[in-house]
Amino acid sequence: MTLAIASLKPEDKPVVLASAFVLVILLVGTVYTLATQGTAPLLSPQYLVQQLQTGSFLGIAAAGMMVVILLGHIDLSIPWTMTAAAMMATTVGGDMAIPVGIAVGVAVGLFNGIGVAYLRIPSMIFTLGVDSVMRGLMVAHTGGFAPQDAATPLMRFFAAERVLGVPVAIFVWLAVSVVIAVMLRRTAFGRAVYATGNREAAAYLSGIRTRLVILGAFVVCGICAALAGVLLAGYSAKAYQGMGTPFLLPAIAAVVIGGTRILGGQGRYVGTLIGVVLIVLLNSVLSIMQMPEAGRQVIYGSVIIGMLLVYGRGARVTS
Amino acid sequence: MTALTIQLSGVSKHFAGIRALEGVDFACHSGSIHAILGENGAGKSTLIKIMSGVLQPDSGTMAINGAPVRFASPTEAAAAGIVCIFQELSLIPDLSVADNISLATPPRRFGLIDRRAQRRRAEELLARIKCEDVDPNATVRELSLSRRQMVEIAKALGKEPRVLILDEATSALTSRDVETVYHLLVELKEQNVASLFISHRMQEVKRLCDTLSVFRNGQHVETFARGARSDGEIVRLMVGREVDAQFPPKPERPRRPAHLSIRDLSWENRLNGVSLDIGKGEIVGLGGLDGQGQKELLLALFGVLRGLRGSVTLAGRPGAPASPAQAKTGAMRIALVPEDRKTEGLMLPMSIADNLLVGCYDRVSNGPFIDQARARQAVAEGIAKLGIKVGRPEDAVATLSGGNQQKVVIAKWLMTDPQVILLNDPTRGIDVGTKQELYRLMRELADEGKAILFYSTDYAELIGCCDRVAVMYGGAVIAELEGEAISEEAIVAASLNVDTRTAAHDAPVGAVAAAAVGA
Amino acid sequence: MNARPSPVLAGVRHNPGFAIALVLFGALYLVYNMMHPRGFSGAVLIQNVNESVAIVFLAMAQTVPVLMGGLDLSVGAIMTLTNCIASELVIGTPGQIAFGMAATLASGTAFGLMNGLIVVYGRLQPIIATLATGAIAMGLALFIRPKPGGRVDDDISWALTNDLYELVATYGWFDADAGWFQPVAWIPVPLIILVVIAFGVWLPFRRTVTGRTIYAIGSAEGAAFMSGLPIERAKIAAFTLAGFFASCGGLYLAIQTSSGNADITQAGAYTLNSIAAVVIGGTSLLGGVGGAIGSLVGALILRVISFYFRILSIDPLLQPLVEGVVLLTAVSLGVFRTLQVKNRLDLFR
Repeated sequence: MTLAIASLKPEDKPVVLASAFVLVILLVGTVYTLATQGTAPLLSPQYLVQQLQTGSFLGIAAAGMMVVILLGHIDLSIPWTMTAAAMMATTVGGDMAIPVGIAVGVAVGLFNGIGVAYLRIPSMIFTLGVDSVMRGLMVAHTGGFAPQDAATPLMRFFAAERVLGVPVAIFVWLAVSVVIAVMLRRTAFGRAVYATGNREAAAYLSGIRTRLVILGAFVVCGICAALAGVLLAGYSAKAYQGMGTPFLLPAIAAVVIGGTRILGGQGRYVGTLIGVVLIVLLNSVLSIMQMPEAGRQVIYGSVIIGMLLVYGRGARVTS
Repeated sequence: MTALTIQLSGVSKHFAGIRALEGVDFACHSGSIHAILGENGAGKSTLIKIMSGVLQPDSGTMAINGAPVRFASPTEAAAAGIVCIFQELSLIPDLSVADNISLATPPRRFGLIDRRAQRRRAEELLARIKCEDVDPNATVRELSLSRRQMVEIAKALGKEPRVLILDEATSALTSRDVETVYHLLVELKEQNVASLFISHRMQEVKRLCDTLSVFRNGQHVETFARGARSDGEIVRLMVGREVDAQFPPKPERPRRPAHLSIRDLSWENRLNGVSLDIGKGEIVGLGGLDGQGQKELLLALFGVLRGLRGSVTLAGRPGAPASPAQAKTGAMRIALVPEDRKTEGLMLPMSIADNLLVGCYDRVSNGPFIDQARARQAVAEGIAKLGIKVGRPEDAVATLSGGNQQKVVIAKWLMTDPQVILLNDPTRGIDVGTKQELYRLMRELADEGKAILFYSTDYAELIGCCDRVAVMYGGAVIAELEGEAISEEAIVAASLNVDTRTAAHDAPVGAVAAAAVGA
Repeated sequence: MNARPSPVLAGVRHNPGFAIALVLFGALYLVYNMMHPRGFSGAVLIQNVNESVAIVFLAMAQTVPVLMGGLDLSVGAIMTLTNCIASELVIGTPGQIAFGMAATLASGTAFGLMNGLIVVYGRLQPIIATLATGAIAMGLALFIRPKPGGRVDDDISWALTNDLYELVATYGWFDADAGWFQPVAWIPVPLIILVVIAFGVWLPFRRTVTGRTIYAIGSAEGAAFMSGLPIERAKIAAFTLAGFFASCGGLYLAIQTSSGNADITQAGAYTLNSIAAVVIGGTSLLGGVGGAIGSLVGALILRVISFYFRILSIDPLLQPLVEGVVLLTAVSLGVFRTLQVKNRLDLFR
């Protein structure tokens, strides 16, 4: 077993380890429920599909975050990009609700990209500032209360309804996943993201317009966050203050646990997908166990640190 | 101070299979100023890095007064009295001059750094090298390069060295400071300190040093007293290496009309009016010692540098490209094989195929999507054209040998079909077999009509490959050699900025005026 | 000898950001007092200082990793954790209170030490490592205090958040009405605490080789290594010191509010504001330039801006917007350097 892991390609190792951890979570959760309730809800397809439906918002946000992290940057403005997109969508309402929400994401992404790529302000700081500005704008816009406007029927359809017994939100997540995965693997932009994230100097000297690549990645991330926000508003039937805040840390965690290097350049989309599933299932098991928020925070932090230490140690041996 | 002798016996050092030092026996003694001479890559830097504890030898021993020593760090070497002033400054730019001079071992009071004592110490040391104008409270960042170098010297003096190593320490100094350093070295000599002096300025060496050692190809060739050898003999000692590579024959052709034309190109203080013409089908070499502006010239032509003055004309059209992205597109395309293939040429963890395609995705894509078949075909062609030895194109490029990595960089650029190819020391650290393949490839490309500008630190390469060699010194081309005139002696002499005729006539050492000192 | 510029002037030249911040703060606070109906009074001063202590400590905490070219995203969480610990422990007999305060500071410092060990020996990026340990700290805080509450000894709470007169009067050390005491009796105790810790911990630390190494790492890590400075020790010390300063903030917050509150949003806001304060106080995000005293001033500027919301009756809801704009403006000030870079390859280093 150890030998098999050691012989894996560095990019595949986190994917395998994370998948194994998903199985461990399922196993532990099932043993727990069998012992306490005598049932195994974690293994029933309906339960899993329902969990994935709530996980799809995280999955979409994490997909965008991954593109930015592949560049060695980070986008901390996701929480209020989500919230702002949701609030703007519900405020406008009607047919234009979803396009307006997405446009918010594009605008935030452009702004982030200009700050990071052209002004070369560290993304960590710049996006943190943008997050605060967005929060200020939204609080001012709503007067600090949950807006009364309801989500449009289309938003409700994409987020909360089912087709063929499967929630539409999962289809949306799948579509986003296919787009991001194809973009990363099969387009010049995607390959340029990897090249720039690996070594910006080498990419620049190879004639890649690295600043445009960074700008584009932030726009992709903004769009994903906005889409996640709009869907979340559809799921909850309305937008509310701070609705995006619980998504930031899990999104980063899912990307990093999925094996994407936080310094950029390495990572596979399937890893992020498994990372999201891992976090969603971890959450379900913790809520079945009725773990309080305190325990969840500790477990989140420990899982991230622990998995990074495991991945990191492997990398040191092979290098 | 008591007498002291440092003896190195059979010291060898290899980097990734390339030998930097091989079986070196070398000694220096207190009360002497000892020059170390040699070409680029002769092993001088490795020697002093081993002596000052930055590197550890693979084999061989070092002894002080017969007692063997082994330094794990520069700190340990300094404790034994060996202090080196490095070319790359070891100063912290944001700390004050006084902080830097007593950086790791400041004077303390009650366990805290005593700033007043530290400032006094800095003032004393700076006064010793006549730098009273340097404010100990100023940060190093505020100082000019020459002042920084003087602070570096003061920092070294503060460690009370018994052996002081100066690696090109005078190259950044003003002539007044150079004089001060000369006086200081003489003073230290009287105090029985051993000084090791690395310099590319012959006049300086002849004026100052009592003993000279010549290194070549990682080996210690000869040590002799000042005046025992003429300039010409010294140059020949530095040069006389076995030719270890075969070069393709140079075609006999009249000089081509200029395809790439550079006039009075200047940038910051690194390029000072470079003028050079390169014709189609011509390989023009860039020679000279490291750091004379060759790299900057290549970067300037490739659109990396901002604030260029002067003119560049490419195929009759004026203007250098504004960015590498612009350089590789359009009708006139330029390629650059950069200095450091690991950080500037390749994305090491990415696959060979990705690295080959990174510059030419626009050529294998339909709209935004990469055409897998065309991409595969392009990769296969690139691998075949340069004979890159790969397992699978999907393997990480880091798994290849240095020579094959460099081939990947070159193949990447050939995919964009450039008209002008800039090469920055492309054969450094790669094996002889691959080198010869690259020489042949360069000639083939030239025969196809490409204009090639080729910077190399290896003079033999310049002689063997180039139709013409431009030697750079102080940010300008000071000599252009062509045809039979390209000889190692001529390049070395031009690189050192010594008068070729004097060197050829074996004038006695010392007769040459020290006028070039501080130039 | 030629006349040398004084060390003060040399400092201003090297780090104009700090001087600008100091002048800006002076002007802002002066105008604030002039506009305030009860301006220049002890009561206003005490209230202002009380509201500033926590963010000042957090800004000082953030300064140390930033000087090294890193970032600590867990300072807000450490402050919250220690706030909750203090709300449990700082009560009872004087001995118990003293123990509680020591334990609070020790636990925050230990958490910082853990951050340092993870970053140095786990070789993780400070940003992601402290993001994760921040979550752990929040979790621990929620364990201790799932709901806001707790209690802190009333005397301590009263005495440490008022002026010296009340401190003396509360504990009856001597006659607080004595004539000789009056010139200093108005000084707020929190101001004294801030000054003592800022100048008593930071300035001496800066004058150790470890402190100097933190600056050297941020300025030129390679040169620091070549010069034989203790790099790993300095990195661990930086995060430990950040933990200590953050726990000072948490302890004071508990004393001031007489309770503990494990509020995730508040912790995040404090972390954001600490970074803003560091930048405004003249510390370079690239490391090497600046200091905790500058961050102290930067934090005060942030606070005075929020005081203006009150006297000008601006909607406090606009506060995050203003904070964000101030932060973005502050980080954008360094941009002209980027635009002047002559060799574009330097942008990537």
